[in-house]
Amino acid sequence: MREASGRWNGKGSVRLPKIGYSTMATALASTGGLPARTRYDEDIVRLFVIAATFWAIVGFLMGVLIAFQLAFPALNLGTEWTTFGRLRPVHTSAVIFAFGGNALIGTSFYVVQRTCRASLFGGPLPARFVFWGYQLFIVLAASGYVLGITQSKEYAEPEWYVDLWLTIVWVTYLVVFVGTVLRRTEPHIYVANWYYMAFIITIAVLHIVNNLAMPVSFFGAKSYSAFSGVQDAMAQWWYGHNAVGFFLTVPFLGMMYYFLPKQANRPIWSYRLSILNFWALIFLYMWAGPHHLHYTSLPDWAQVLGMAFTIMLWMPSWGSAVNGVMTLSGAWDKLRTDPVIRFMAVAVAFYGMSTLEGPLMGVRQVNALSHYTDWTVGHVHSGALGWVAYISFGAIYYLVPRLWHRERLYSNTLVEYHFWIASLGIVLYITAMWVSGVMQGLMWRSYDQLGFLQYSFIETVAAMHPFYVIRALGGVMFLIGGLIMVYNLWRTIRGDQRVEARDTALAGPVAAE
Amino acid sequence: MFYRLHQFAEQRAFILAIFILLTVSVGGLVQIVPLFAIENTIERVQGMRPYTPLELAGRNIYIREGCYACHSQQIRPLRDEVERYGHYSLAAESMYDHPFQWGSKRTGPDLARVGGRYSNEWHVEHLIDPQALVPASVMPSYAFLLENRLEARDIADHLRANRAVGVPYTDEMIENARADMIAQADPSADTTDLLARYPKAMVGNLDGNPATLTEMDALVAYLQILGRMVDFTDVRIEDLTQ
Repeated sequence: MREASGRWNGKGSVRLPKIGYSTMATALASTGGLPARTRYDEDIVRLFVIAATFWAIVGFLMGVLIAFQLAFPALNLGTEWTTFGRLRPVHTSAVIFAFGGNALIGTSFYVVQRTCRASLFGGPLPARFVFWGYQLFIVLAASGYVLGITQSKEYAEPEWYVDLWLTIVWVTYLVVFVGTVLRRTEPHIYVANWYYMAFIITIAVLHIVNNLAMPVSFFGAKSYSAFSGVQDAMAQWWYGHNAVGFFLTVPFLGMMYYFLPKQANRPIWSYRLSILNFWALIFLYMWAGPHHLHYTSLPDWAQVLGMAFTIMLWMPSWGSAVNGVMTLSGAWDKLRTDPVIRFMAVAVAFYGMSTLEGPLMGVRQVNALSHYTDWTVGHVHSGALGWVAYISFGAIYYLVPRLWHRERLYSNTLVEYHFWIASLGIVLYITAMWVSGVMQGLMWRSYDQLGFLQYSFIETVAAMHPFYVIRALGGVMFLIGGLIMVYNLWRTIRGDQRVEARDTALAGPVAAE
Repeated sequence: MFYRLHQFAEQRAFILAIFILLTVSVGGLVQIVPLFAIENTIERVQGMRPYTPLELAGRNIYIREGCYACHSQQIRPLRDEVERYGHYSLAAESMYDHPFQWGSKRTGPDLARVGGRYSNEWHVEHLIDPQALVPASVMPSYAFLLENRLEARDIADHLRANRAVGVPYTDEMIENARADMIAQADPSADTTDLLARYPKAMVGNLDGNPATLTEMDALVAYLQILGRMVDFTDVRIEDLTQ
């Protein structure tokens, strides 16, 4: 602990201004003693937490449905509105933009106010516009997919009119966030806010460039992308990979940098490492897009550049993961007693795992096997379920008792159940996808003794069936975990507290400490 | 130096925002901009032409139904793929694709060269009930395409929008857009002009029901042109260097 606080104070080559980072640590640790004019807007955070929880369940349900559709095609139900092709973007958008997005905007509003000791810029109205505007974006996008309105660019499916609306909402969000940072009564901008700021700015850039399109008419939904073929592919995966980088990684690291130290009651392990990782991560991520296009018609120079930067990206990713894990040093015992910490710690572990797997899959020779298979799907879900969803669950469990002024959660035992059922679900999901992905990749390229391709394509599809069933069951378990969370949060908000043996049993050692 | 610079930015929100913007801009500028500038990004091959109005309408149905979620249109230069699907895909082959449809997942097979591999009847039967022809298939039924009339009254506007983003549709093509769209699926129509404008287009009875122009007609027309535009018999290795 002594060593950790030494790093925190930046001893060594970092010269500190008079008001050191220890002040920020104090600001982080206590929220009392506010200037009278600062009243945090917590109602808006409540709205976002409710929305995030609601969309999480919708997104998980859609995921389970389309997973079963791949195992049992009759579940496409024979109507045009319920096919896998139309529902898949509903699932991806619901979990990424609706669940993830609401969790991110909500926590960013919570974190920015507290770490800046300032209320939201512009008062309650702009923030509420961001909230309702964002929900409208989600509903417009999802209803469009079901009706067949899509640009077909993965994770950028909404058509031009929805894109324009999102741009207006997003710029308002940027103004509220940066405005609040400008009003801060702390000299420094806290680590988490750098990450949130990079997220808001970069997503704006990516969104605008990748969605440049020519509408057919002012009153029609259809548009044609401004780019074609190879340039369009490059722009799309520059966007697509950085939807992963700047939507699903950078701001969630911001979340980690606030909620993990708070819940563990420990300062961030290394402030210097967080600086180094921040700049390295946001610089390198933007180069990694071409690894989605290995061996395609994209010129080789671009593929090789993408691969090189993908491998380099491993370093700042693990740097962030190490910083998160080491923040727990001195608080390891809490991993046993506090299930919320456990969600956060396992989230960081999954982050470390999938950011090792990612650079591996970004190597051309490995990608030759993994591309187009379920391995990619498994990789995305180890990041999305294990990292993004778990760190969000941790933040939501942290926030709900505080936002509704409850002493504690309704039940820590239910958090335990959520944790173990969902974790088992993830394990089923990713192992099934590893096996099916590698198997399918190998079957596609296997030759018989006479030098002919050994398997027809449909034989490789048939071989996937058992793994698709296992994957869907993994998804069901993750959904059950989510429903347990909803129940727990609902009872917490009502003000109920479940009397549990664990609380009294664990009170002993904690008090003795 | 680096940490000093950071500390400077960390106390100034606008400076921090500008530093972030500069840092994230480099990668995209280096990787995307040259693709428009370097001349041999697109191979110089013969045969590429804009889609016929009916193929374009079919392509929009392909996009609408999210076919790209399970089917790629991008054959990699790997031995097994070339043997399974045909010549590896060229950048030129998607030069008029706004947006591209390379895909990222093969739950079903690659479709980059599916054109001409199966008969029109096979496609129609397969789209109506995939499991009837391929029992282990997990593809949904698209029987409703046969019931949906293809309206697309504004098809000329679609061609114009494509021209605005760089597809070389001529005035003549735009003028005849609607007539060409109807003629392509009409077995009794005179398609001489259509085929002069759009060589190799699949014309005639596409969905088995010549009386009505359906979405099935359009989708089959699109599937049947995939990968057939470039004639590989007279392509030299030098033409393919990027």
